[in-house]
Amino acid sequence: MPAVSKGDGMRGLAVFISDIRNCKSKEAEIKRINKELANIRSKFKGDKALDGYSKKKYVCKLLFIFLLGHDIDFGHMEAVNLLSSNKYTEKQIGYLFISVLVNSNSELIRLINNAIKNDLSSRNPTFMCLALHCIANVGSREMAEAFASEIPRILVAGDTMDSVKQSAALCLLRLYKTSPDLVLMGEWTSRVVHLLNDQHMGVVTAAISLITCLSQKNPDEFKTCVSLAVSRLSRIVSSASTDLQDYTYYFVPAPWLSCKLLRLLQCYPPPEDGAVKGRLVECLETILNKAQEPPKSKKVQHSNAKNAILFEAISLIIHYDSEPNLLVRACNQLGQFLQHRETNLRYLALESMCTLASSEFSHEAVKTHIETVINALKTERDVSVRQRAADLLYAMCDRSNAKQIVAEMLSYLETADYSIREEMVLKVAILAEKYAVDYSWYVDTILNLIRIAGDYVSEEVWYRVIQIVINRDDVQGYAAKTVFEALQAPACHENMVKVGGYILGEFGNLIAGDPRSSPLVQFNLLHSKFHLCSVPTRALLLSAYIKFINLFPETKATIQEVLRCDSQIRNSDVELQQRAVEYLKLSSIASTDVLATVLEEMPPFPERESSILAKLKKKKGPGAVSVTELEDNKREGGELNGGGDRGPDTASTPSPSADLLGIRSAAPVGPAPAGAGSLLVDVFSEAGPAAPSTRRHFYRFVCKNNGVLFENQLLQIGIKSEYRQNLGRMYLFYGNKTSVQFASFMFCVVALLDTWLQLNVQTKQVEPLVEGGAQIQQVLNIECLTDFSDFFQPTEMASNDFFQRWKQLSQPQQEAQKIFKANHSMDTEVLKAKLLGLGTALLDNVDPNPENFVCAGVIQTKSQQVGCLLRLEPNAQAQMYRLTLRCSKDSVSKRLCELLAQQF
Amino acid sequence: MMRFMLLFSRQGKLRLQKWYTATAERDKKKMVRELMQIVLARKPKMCSFLEWRDLKIVYKRYASLYFCCAIEEQDNELITLEVIHRFVELLDKYFGSVCELDIIFNFEKAYFILDEFLMGGEIQDTSKKSVLKAIEQSDLLQEDCKESHTKIFAL
Repeated sequence: MPAVSKGDGMRGLAVFISDIRNCKSKEAEIKRINKELANIRSKFKGDKALDGYSKKKYVCKLLFIFLLGHDIDFGHMEAVNLLSSNKYTEKQIGYLFISVLVNSNSELIRLINNAIKNDLSSRNPTFMCLALHCIANVGSREMAEAFASEIPRILVAGDTMDSVKQSAALCLLRLYKTSPDLVLMGEWTSRVVHLLNDQHMGVVTAAISLITCLSQKNPDEFKTCVSLAVSRLSRIVSSASTDLQDYTYYFVPAPWLSCKLLRLLQCYPPPEDGAVKGRLVECLETILNKAQEPPKSKKVQHSNAKNAILFEAISLIIHYDSEPNLLVRACNQLGQFLQHRETNLRYLALESMCTLASSEFSHEAVKTHIETVINALKTERDVSVRQRAADLLYAMCDRSNAKQIVAEMLSYLETADYSIREEMVLKVAILAEKYAVDYSWYVDTILNLIRIAGDYVSEEVWYRVIQIVINRDDVQGYAAKTVFEALQAPACHENMVKVGGYILGEFGNLIAGDPRSSPLVQFNLLHSKFHLCSVPTRALLLSAYIKFINLFPETKATIQEVLRCDSQIRNSDVELQQRAVEYLKLSSIASTDVLATVLEEMPPFPERESSILAKLKKKKGPGAVSVTELEDNKREGGELNGGGDRGPDTASTPSPSADLLGIRSAAPVGPAPAGAGSLLVDVFSEAGPAAPSTRRHFYRFVCKNNGVLFENQLLQIGIKSEYRQNLGRMYLFYGNKTSVQFASFMFCVVALLDTWLQLNVQTKQVEPLVEGGAQIQQVLNIECLTDFSDFFQPTEMASNDFFQRWKQLSQPQQEAQKIFKANHSMDTEVLKAKLLGLGTALLDNVDPNPENFVCAGVIQTKSQQVGCLLRLEPNAQAQMYRLTLRCSKDSVSKRLCELLAQQF
Repeated sequence: MMRFMLLFSRQGKLRLQKWYTATAERDKKKMVRELMQIVLARKPKMCSFLEWRDLKIVYKRYASLYFCCAIEEQDNELITLEVIHRFVELLDKYFGSVCELDIIFNFEKAYFILDEFLMGGEIQDTSKKSVLKAIEQSDLLQEDCKESHTKIFAL
């Protein structure tokens, strides 16, 4: 290569770069750069027209400065000018600058596109390539609009030079990726596919990337590429190492193209044509055979290129998943790599085997390598390789080896890198549950997990063990015994205390016969951990204590004493204080029967998909948990189940689908003037039909508990209401605004029949006389029989609880959503007040977007509770809201959603 | 498809960066910083592949320079390693036993060579001859221009 070509005379640039390199400090560098920027700016602004060379030099300097990490906000125009230079290097630098520093300035884009257009039509291949490179580098929508129709023509034209074809193919690929709607292949499809047959290997190499991408998106239109790809591959694979001249890389014929061809074939199922398929299988066998041949060179490049093809072939074999013979051979080959001295190969073999483990044909073959993989987990020095080994163990786990694998993973966990501990914990927890034959093993495993890596045991994991213990009575005694023993360790993890507290509180009676774990011993053991624990754990322990009082009446005095002491009953934490006070009171006043009912053993949890699995999927992204996971899930049927929450309050009973239609007319008073006083007949007349207006007023009270229900010149009706669980009391105030006495004042509460079905309303009659200017009061007692929005009880919950419950309520009819224009102020405080007024708990820090509101509440009725979750997403810019409700009872979501939509 | 390629020195100086998808400057800087930190902390015998965000990182060290590529989930790690090697060979052939300084002082040439080799994150041509011929041709064009330049002044 001619040495003259270097530097090409831009001395000024070289000097500037030297200066920068000689700068002793960051400050000096910035100073030098600022000086240069000032210089360039003055040159560009100066009235003396710069020649092309200077322009090129300065643009190049700007580029250098930009690549050092500084911002450049000028010079674009000069760079654009360079594009139309007829000197190649000037044009080239201009294009480079544009490619690196493109500006969305539309004026500039127009100029750039003009220059590109000129170069594309110049028929000078070097210029055409420059222009195509620029389009591919920028790849903006504007460029796609301008050139997407032109480039396919260049690509397939008979007289286009090979080098231009290569650039055109990849340029089109880039445009297709950014703006697929603008790249219409249509008539070109077949000619593009036939580029696979092109004599020039470079053209095939470039075109195949385009074809692969197009095939992924439109497999049917491009399916003719399969047979072409197979024959091309076959020719390469069977060629001697020197046949392909410059396309042979370290004695490997066309490794890049081979990999690309194998990749393209992975867009399709196995070829249907027997001959094509036979040829392909032959190719794959040849590739596998070659792996066994002695290397033609000792260079790592040779083995890398060869193995790159091999791994891609194995991917294709796994993709087809239909040739048992090939799958087993692939597995054996990877088995050899597991012990290879090259770390890279061991890494890739572990990774590739993970996918093989999910094929029924090769699962057993993969399992034979278990010892090697366990060894890798123990001895590999690179954490990323150990991670692969752990993934593979997870993938190859089944009933036959679960105990061994779980044990190995547990022992690895003791020394595992912090970065992968949480994931390991999840995996162990999932395997332990999935392959548990006897649940005592499962309990042991999880408790070990907490002991070894307690900090990494997430809520999902320990919730899960509790759910399983509660749902399976054959393991409860064992669990109680084991946690009791585990808690005896001098230092045990808080998660252990939580599990211990919960399980002993439920099943401590099962081991109470043994004097070594008598009720008092159990209590003292738990209570010895109490003071070291965080508030949520202490709260849990307090609940365990009250359960103890029920289980073991003999502990009552001791526990009451604990509850009564100042550190509990006057605890500064409201939750703890409340529990202490309530539990103390409950234990003192409730009869044993009542206590036994209230503190009954937890009912079994509903069976659901494991939330741990969901967490792992989320953590690793959908692809990473591998196919095994999903397939196993299918295979194992409903064995994985249960979610993390334990709250009894979401356990909603199936409900008769009562309709809430009546709620609208539940405007409690439809004043119906009646009686003798003819004057009064007209009281409402000027307000028009009374019902609609009150109805409008009524909506105000969805989020408010008092205010004016109706008002005209004569009469004002005010309302005040209070609700507790399913009972409500409503006060109606009738104010006489005139100075005359209202005689025979009568009212009756009118509501539609179906409202009555849901509300049991008792009204007290009042005096039929209202003095002028006076106000009388009427009380209505209401009992909610079915759902009614005002009987909301707030439910506080943490973020993950919320989302868990949210997910549980995922049936379509449980959700209602409405997008609507804001009717009222979108002020945050106003919205908050409204949501609180509704009676729900407003949950902070739950929604990742702080603008949004999420609320939770339970509607209490006589017969049931309906859990409601609400999410309100304001969009201040558009003055719109999106309101989503999920309730445990179908009809409630819809009705509430409609009702609330008018409130905001 | 390759998402980006970075060349940086042992000291953590970025020498060349090529992005094949539109990325905001701020994100680029953050990603470069993060990756340099990870790669520079790795020991010599470690594996050349890493999982990073949703990408796979393939890197290799040549003398004082690290060549680091980010590829997508379905891409082939080993062949990417050889993409790096072929690029090094091209630089080496062009500059004549290339060193870090060549790339610093002729950064624009390094970009041109890379552009001839990779385009839009895919291989354009794997033949050393073809790539270098393209660069050679442009260098010749430049010579022509120079001559005409002098001639004009001679007039």
